Amino acid sequence: MSCNCNSKSDFSLLEPCLAEYGSVKGSLITILQKAQEIYGYLPTDVILHISKRTGVKVTKIMGVATFYSQFRLEPVGKYLIMLCQGTACHVNGSQQIEKTVNEYLGIKDGETTEDGLFTLKNVACLGCCSLSPVMMINDETYGSLTPEKAVEIFDELKKRAGEENL
Amino acid sequence: MRIAVGQGSCGIAAGAVKAYNVFENNLNLAENELTVTGCIGMCYLEPIVDVYDGDCLHRFVRVGEDAAKRIADAVNRRDFSDTADIEISDEDRSFLEKQTRIALRHCGIINPEKIEDYIADDGYKALAKVLNTMSTEQVIDEIKLSGLAGRGGAGFPTWFKWNAARQSEGDCKYLICNADEGDPGAFMDRAVIESDPHNLIEGMLIAAYAIGASEAVVYVRAEYPLAIKRLEKAIGEARRKGFIGNNIMGSGFSCEMRIKAGAGAFVCGEETALIESLEGSRGMPRLKPPFPAQSGYWRKPSNINNVETFANVSWIILNGGSAFSAMGTENSKGTKVFALTGKIKRGGLVEIPMGQTLRHVIFDIGGGIKNGKEFKAVQMGGPSGGCIPAELLDTVIDYKALSATGAIMGSGGMVVMDSDTCMVEMARFFLDFTAKESCGKCVHCRLGTKRMLEILTRITEGNGKEEDIDLLRELCLAVKDGALCGLGQTAPNPVLTTLKYFENEYIGHIRDKQCAAHECTALLRYEINSDACRGCTLCAKKCPVNAIAGTVKNPHIIDADKCIKCGNCKSVCRFGAVEVK
Repeated sequence: MSCNCNSKSDFSLLEPCLAEYGSVKGSLITILQKAQEIYGYLPTDVILHISKRTGVKVTKIMGVATFYSQFRLEPVGKYLIMLCQGTACHVNGSQQIEKTVNEYLGIKDGETTEDGLFTLKNVACLGCCSLSPVMMINDETYGSLTPEKAVEIFDELKKRAGEENL
Repeated sequence: MRIAVGQGSCGIAAGAVKAYNVFENNLNLAENELTVTGCIGMCYLEPIVDVYDGDCLHRFVRVGEDAAKRIADAVNRRDFSDTADIEISDEDRSFLEKQTRIALRHCGIINPEKIEDYIADDGYKALAKVLNTMSTEQVIDEIKLSGLAGRGGAGFPTWFKWNAARQSEGDCKYLICNADEGDPGAFMDRAVIESDPHNLIEGMLIAAYAIGASEAVVYVRAEYPLAIKRLEKAIGEARRKGFIGNNIMGSGFSCEMRIKAGAGAFVCGEETALIESLEGSRGMPRLKPPFPAQSGYWRKPSNINNVETFANVSWIILNGGSAFSAMGTENSKGTKVFALTGKIKRGGLVEIPMGQTLRHVIFDIGGGIKNGKEFKAVQMGGPSGGCIPAELLDTVIDYKALSATGAIMGSGGMVVMDSDTCMVEMARFFLDFTAKESCGKCVHCRLGTKRMLEILTRITEGNGKEEDIDLLRELCLAVKDGALCGLGQTAPNPVLTTLKYFENEYIGHIRDKQCAAHECTALLRYEINSDACRGCTLCAKKCPVNAIAGTVKNPHIIDADKCIKCGNCKSVCRFGAVEVK
């Protein structure tokens, strides 16, 4: 994990959440989820700030952040590819799709492309088993995947990102 | 006419929103009603559009944008004579007709975002009956009569849990719904929440009344954003109608309801781990006893049930417990929802009375194996379950009968496999999952799953040893015996069942370094049949590691030491000369 304790996150963005949940016991996971929604991941300075504001010890926060697979301690690319590793997807060829991501985008599980566009994360069952193999990219679900279809989707997203930058 | 576009997660992923947009732009909306429904569970036919013309239903399947345009035209002209080709076939129609839907009765039929649709079909009448005419004991008696058992997998009598919580002392009690649905291959809870959230809410309110809880929480896994959105909306609607909050329906009973999103941990499907997670901690199970009914959320009496369990409650109250227990077997009453997936022709959600055979579900309803292959096994119960072979296809769907095979009923996931599925790899796949998801609290699970995974990985990589099978069995029994919670206690099941029914595959991997299903890459040998090879040199050109030697018009040879088994040669050969052994 790269040290980013010198970076400054804008804590004011988290204030509404902390005002609502900061003193409600048992709200740690909710606060962390909101923080990740805002910052894209859980920066160290944000974790320290949450500890200060809620009184929950940093060790406990880190324990929770590292326990649940939803939480990220590193930033991710613009498009987070969540590749389903459920049973039905496995039986219907998710390994081939993973290979396609490895070869076409050049990234393995947990890695981000050099241009910061794509991050690959293998995830547990997404619950769209009849469309296996399935992947979710940000909030969109793509099913009935083939290596060719996956490549088409990545190309389309690359194009979209390029257009947004113009 | 009423045009309903199915928009569950699968429908949307298959393009339902695009179809909906076509209807919005082309339908005569002054004369017709365009609406959205949830997931009807015929996933292989999505997107699905239902057109109700009075009592007559035209069900259109695999509706892309072109088909949507044709349907819109047909509706506007009130003439369906030339859209028969995109209507559901009789064979596919039988997928639903052979089912008995109770938990799923509104799914794909009503608009999940309109409480009026739910109310129009006896919605919240069960709650009214309970609050106005039944005591807490009477409610529990009705559930006892029904024989309803936990649908999350444990199959524990629901009335017993409710009664234990009801009898616990304390004026602060909690009613919790386990919507974590972590079993890979299971999505029935997702379908209920996305398609009929009010049925879940009503069932929960009835349970809360029965146990004396004034706060209800639904713990939904983070991977279900659409379910969370729809449930949030439904809770808001129910609150505005006075079904949630203070003095519900003027009965004096008050109950608040909220949602808590999970954060991605399979172990949080275990009730005590779920409670820890609700309390903002790492999801590590607690020792039982004490049970949640005595000491649960914040150590107060709590009752936790699965979504599907709650989805049966309103029907039971309205129709009577005996109507439910009239279906099923001696020790498994009512219906059960199954998520039928894998190598099956017709995959989706199947709700049937207990007591029918696996063969009936897989072949009569599911249509058998796709692509004309042979059935090999059906995996039931997710990572806690096991693989049931062909010779046991006539096993009856019943908690006891399924346990006797070594598998379990589980939450209802049924992943069908054909001869191309390696059973050793299947066991390794499940152990990979449980080892990752193990919370780490107890030694047996933490280390046991890790060691079992190591052994299985070695076997699938061609490095299995003779003593591995006995060692695996020994580890399995030790982990089952010593693990603290259900995750560890059942993690060995996939290994034990595959060892029981497919031991020859393990032996083949270890002794002969062969994978009969041709799935374990390390054990594959790619060879060129010299009789079939025409020497076109295409394979040699496409080989990424230059492992193929040969001259033009002469048979080529693969160097097994260099070969990385990528399969390129096989896929480019036009003469079928590359054989995989």
